[in-house]
Amino acid sequence: MRRTTYIQALNEALREELQRDEDVFLIGEDIGHYGGLFRVTRNLLDEFGEKRVLDTPISEQAFMGMALGAAIVGMRPVVELMYMDFTLVAADQIFNQIGKYRYMTGGLLKAPIVIRGQQGGGKHYGSQHSQSVDSLYAHFPGIRVVAPATPYDAKGLLKSAIRDDNPVAFLEHKMLYFTRGEAPPPEEEYLVPIGKADVKRAGTDLTIATFSYCLLQALEAAETLQQEHGIDCEVVDLRTVEPLDTETVWESLAKTGRLLAVHESYANCGVGAELVARACEEAPHLLRAPARRLGMAPVSIPVSRALEEEALPWKEEIIATALEMSRR
Amino acid sequence: MKQADTASAVPQKTDGRAEPLAQKDAQTEGSPLPASITTDALPSESKSAIDVPELDADLLLEMYRKAVLIRLLERALLAAAEEGQIGGAMHTAIGHEANAIGAAYALRPGDYITCTYRGHHHGIAWGMDPGRSIAEVMGRSDGFAKGKGGSMHFVSPEHGMMGANGIVAAQVPHAAGLALASQLRGERKVAITFFGDGAMFQGVMHETFNMAAKWKLPLIFYCENNRYSEMTPIWRTSSIEDIYLFPRAYGMATMQIDGNDVEVVHAAVSQAAERARSGDGPTFIEGITYRLAGHMAGDLETYRPEEEVEKQQAHEPLTVLRKKLLARGVEEARISETEAEVEETIDDAVSFAEASPWPDAAETYLDVFTGPTSEET
Repeated sequence: MRRTTYIQALNEALREELQRDEDVFLIGEDIGHYGGLFRVTRNLLDEFGEKRVLDTPISEQAFMGMALGAAIVGMRPVVELMYMDFTLVAADQIFNQIGKYRYMTGGLLKAPIVIRGQQGGGKHYGSQHSQSVDSLYAHFPGIRVVAPATPYDAKGLLKSAIRDDNPVAFLEHKMLYFTRGEAPPPEEEYLVPIGKADVKRAGTDLTIATFSYCLLQALEAAETLQQEHGIDCEVVDLRTVEPLDTETVWESLAKTGRLLAVHESYANCGVGAELVARACEEAPHLLRAPARRLGMAPVSIPVSRALEEEALPWKEEIIATALEMSRR
Repeated sequence: MKQADTASAVPQKTDGRAEPLAQKDAQTEGSPLPASITTDALPSESKSAIDVPELDADLLLEMYRKAVLIRLLERALLAAAEEGQIGGAMHTAIGHEANAIGAAYALRPGDYITCTYRGHHHGIAWGMDPGRSIAEVMGRSDGFAKGKGGSMHFVSPEHGMMGANGIVAAQVPHAAGLALASQLRGERKVAITFFGDGAMFQGVMHETFNMAAKWKLPLIFYCENNRYSEMTPIWRTSSIEDIYLFPRAYGMATMQIDGNDVEVVHAAVSQAAERARSGDGPTFIEGITYRLAGHMAGDLETYRPEEEVEKQQAHEPLTVLRKKLLARGVEEARISETEAEVEETIDDAVSFAEASPWPDAAETYLDVFTGPTSEET
């Protein structure tokens, strides 16, 4: 093992998959000559050339649609959206076309496309560059949704996403890019399977089910809850939002009896609401207290750091909610 | 290719400002307005003068067979819709046949096509089976997509038919992606995408024009200009007189042709395909045509006078092709025989579709995801 950043892990995953399969190509804005706004695709143009790393005009609908066209004849496009907020610009191609293509064609065609990019708040980018779109993607059938929180998971899941025959929304987080973690060196190849959650902290009193940058906030909150309040939280990193690995969550719930779902997309109609609903439907016997969810406040995300922090469902809010749930 | 001079055909403006579009209607009669934008100009009044080689009479008869097949299939579908056998939106291509047929015979096996929801004629021209096509429209299990796609989503990869689309212009970047795949893999496959004049005003169309021209994609943009965006005539929506001028701004080769004459379409698409295969990039073809039936089954057609439709009958694709066959010495008896054979084919196709079972309920949940972990939803 060695220490690496989240960005480096992503870069290595892309490099390895470009080497492994000549049908893989990258397409997006500023990804080639510039190396990507966040440097995720750095040096890949030099190494693989302009037929594998394609710089596009600012035409999200067209290049998203082109990715679909190439994918249905067996290519494996990896599309970068500079900000995942631009999902909304390319929404017809993503949800009406890519997500439905296999179904509408009765299974005659498949669309192995990875749509990747960073989402989330914390850097004061405001309303159109800070949104989290995991719940949005998960709402429509036909697209896998992956949101890793550690460099290890990011690399292993990105490689799995590129090899998957389904469209995959691969959601990175701008607050995770420069975080470091352990991962095997490039010569030791590994994959992380899509659809499997991972218990990142074992505990007995309360299950926090979360993903992406909220995982780091939840782990910090769990430390505080342990040290200052004697509450022992188990933190489940969902890693994949579609499909949800409820089996792992219910296993945790069997120990703790309490479920708190946390994410940065809106709480309203979100992944957390879904998880809580499924707990009520599928595992009510495991719940010793009402399940809860935390998400972004129902506001357009403000720039001012004072307001943005208020809107985000981060550490302090997780602690406060966990305390309320534990008193019951 | 000889491109006719277009400047003289554009009405002179007196003060440099755009004319109010509402006045265009009144000016149409006797005015030199181009075929692009008037609803009663005949497709033969289109502007690009291209060399049109005569096709072999036997090939023309084969094309005629296809044209009649499409026409009768569409009529059978309209009848079935009236009987309540078909739900949803169904858009027929009666009057558009030559655009699809001329193009299909100009391209090679292995080439790709995407098209709009008015796409039955493309499917049939590209070789899709009429019985399975009707079954698909009726939502039966023998349809190409097991009844999941229906009228607006004809698809048959084995014929190069990579999908019709329910969203106006959405299929255009898909064809660009197919062309991109061909280019990246060093193949010599060409992609063609069909769309209507209404699609000219979707943003993704212009995004794709730019990228296709910039990247010299082996792609043919084929606009079937029937002069109506659904129920609205194009002179009410277009900011310029001739829609083939839009892609010119992106540096693309363009042609405006008679889309109701299979030989003209064949010649234009052949030229465009040659350009694409030589690495010289995309071509925009504006095929002037006319939709003789409603926008969709059940359209009341209150937006156009009967005389206009009547006038267009004089230059509709089957009439044009039939005359051509007779002029080339094909006997009337052979033509009638062909027509009778096609009628029988369509009767059989309808019977096949009506006998096709409904899909199993379990089919509802299949084809959402694929792969080792995932036929579950």
